[in-house]
Amino acid sequence: MAIVYEKSRGLTDAELHYCPGCHHGIIHKLVAESLVELGLLDDAIGVCPVGCSVFAYNYFSCDMQEAAHGRAPAVATGIKRTHPNQAVFTYQGDGDLASIGAAEIVHAAMRGEKFTTIFINNAIYGMTGGQMAPTTLIGQKATTCQSGRTKEQAGMPIRMAELLSTLDGCVYAERVCVTDMANLNKAKKAIKKAFQKQMAGEGFTFIEVLSTCPTNWGMTPLKANQWLKDNMVPYYPLGVIKETAPESAEVK
Amino acid sequence: MEKELWKGNEAIAEAAIRAGCNCFFGYPITPQSEVPEYMSVHLPKAGGVFVQSESEVAAINMVYGAAGSGMRAMTSSSSPGISLKQEGISYMAGAELPCVIVNCMRGGPGLGTIQPGQGDYYQATRGGGNGDYRTVVLSPSNVQEAVDFVQEAFDIADQYRNPVMVVMDGLIGQMMEPIEWRPVPKRDLPPKDWATTGRKGRDHHNVINSLYMDPEECDRHNEHLWEKYALMEKNEVRWEEISCEDAEVVITAYGTPARIALTAIEMLREEGLKVGLFRPITLWPFPEDALRKLSKAGHVKAFLDVEMSSCGQMMDDVRLSVEGRKPIRYLGHAGGVMPTAEEIVDAAKAALKEGA
Repeated sequence: MAIVYEKSRGLTDAELHYCPGCHHGIIHKLVAESLVELGLLDDAIGVCPVGCSVFAYNYFSCDMQEAAHGRAPAVATGIKRTHPNQAVFTYQGDGDLASIGAAEIVHAAMRGEKFTTIFINNAIYGMTGGQMAPTTLIGQKATTCQSGRTKEQAGMPIRMAELLSTLDGCVYAERVCVTDMANLNKAKKAIKKAFQKQMAGEGFTFIEVLSTCPTNWGMTPLKANQWLKDNMVPYYPLGVIKETAPESAEVK
Repeated sequence: MEKELWKGNEAIAEAAIRAGCNCFFGYPITPQSEVPEYMSVHLPKAGGVFVQSESEVAAINMVYGAAGSGMRAMTSSSSPGISLKQEGISYMAGAELPCVIVNCMRGGPGLGTIQPGQGDYYQATRGGGNGDYRTVVLSPSNVQEAVDFVQEAFDIADQYRNPVMVVMDGLIGQMMEPIEWRPVPKRDLPPKDWATTGRKGRDHHNVINSLYMDPEECDRHNEHLWEKYALMEKNEVRWEEISCEDAEVVITAYGTPARIALTAIEMLREEGLKVGLFRPITLWPFPEDALRKLSKAGHVKAFLDVEMSSCGQMMDDVRLSVEGRKPIRYLGHAGGVMPTAEEIVDAAKAALKEGA
């Protein structure tokens, strides 16, 4: 009998703690498969954040560091600068990256740090129980904006891929989602491309993955998938936000 | 050995390079900016990595990442910047990562002043971040000691897998003194087989982490840390006693005030007054057994604690060692004002009267 599918070697056998319908498991798989397929698993060092993916060090089978809240890009800078030949990535949620760690991600991108950031945007704080994130949509309810986010009170949601794209050090930024097979394949292609660009020494690479949080959105997994397509994608458009040709990324 | 004239902060940076520091991450702040400035020029030439970070918070987390990957990592700052590093120091203590942190102290609280101070004693010795942890705190009182201690600090950090702080008042960072590059004691260090370097064929993945969700596991982790801190207390405590054999008044002081106290002691001895100096060199572990022993000596009538701090932060540790056996007086200034030898002479005479 032919083996048609195997769990990636890039993942350990630990049981995932994620809620049913959460996209973290899928995205972990895509990152793990990408590392294996590019032959980078044995060279990879990952940095996980504070948030739902705080235990990612139990799931990825490569070397891992657990960072303080928001500081993964600084930790990754310390690793990559001293280990320039290793594949280094951060895996961060939206509270971690877009709120408390905004300075760290902006400056890592500005410096053109040669690591890859996988940014999971589910428009809410998951781990702490559904509070408003900087990415929470207008009108979206959260435990700290129970009647829905308003522009007057909290401003407009932040688009991190677009923001980081304004920095010369960021050579590749793409926004993807994993709600269906077509998008999942695009997401994996983007993740692989980001790692390839990193290893080619081009600069900072950033993949934003729109993700569901059925538990804190108060929806079934299927309804959450649909809500993401109907509400998140219009505000956070999918596709390549920025891709710099390799030569222009060089410092002149 | 030949003596060379070096500015404290630059000497510290050079000492770190000579000790095999692979990487330095820092942010400008007076009065320590010469450390990152020197590092930016000389560390890359020695094959190391220099990054000017966007903040002190980022700097200490870059240290975390590099140290977690097996590097000899260092950062330096001055008081307000050291406050910002406390998050990272706590995480590094929790994750058991070695590093060297230099605090070139200025006056506080808040922005305080850029002049020398010693107001960060509590922060350094009590663990300025969250949770139960300790860091070895070395306190030089001249540039030679600063140079020696910074080099040794890397070995101490690696031996225990723990952050080590070198804490000095800004005067020592800013002044020039003759030093010699004398060999410092080297230790047999364990291999860093725990570091995240990429698996490269290793049969397991390494994880750097300070999170223990299972309360019993977290309790056991803390117990392990405290066993380690007990070893540091036993092995790393350092102090110096000068003219204490017959002293009726013992001055306790560290850093620059200890040097001023020596001048005061000379003046007092010329008058026939028996005064000595007890100088803690490690602020943590504090040399409490040695000070306790001294407080039990019949000839010691009183103590005088002298610091560049308004409330006498180290005096808490002096009290805990003296345990009420002898009176303790305090002389201190903050905000960059240094105690004078004359003030110390007067305070020692008052202490003698009180202890008589």
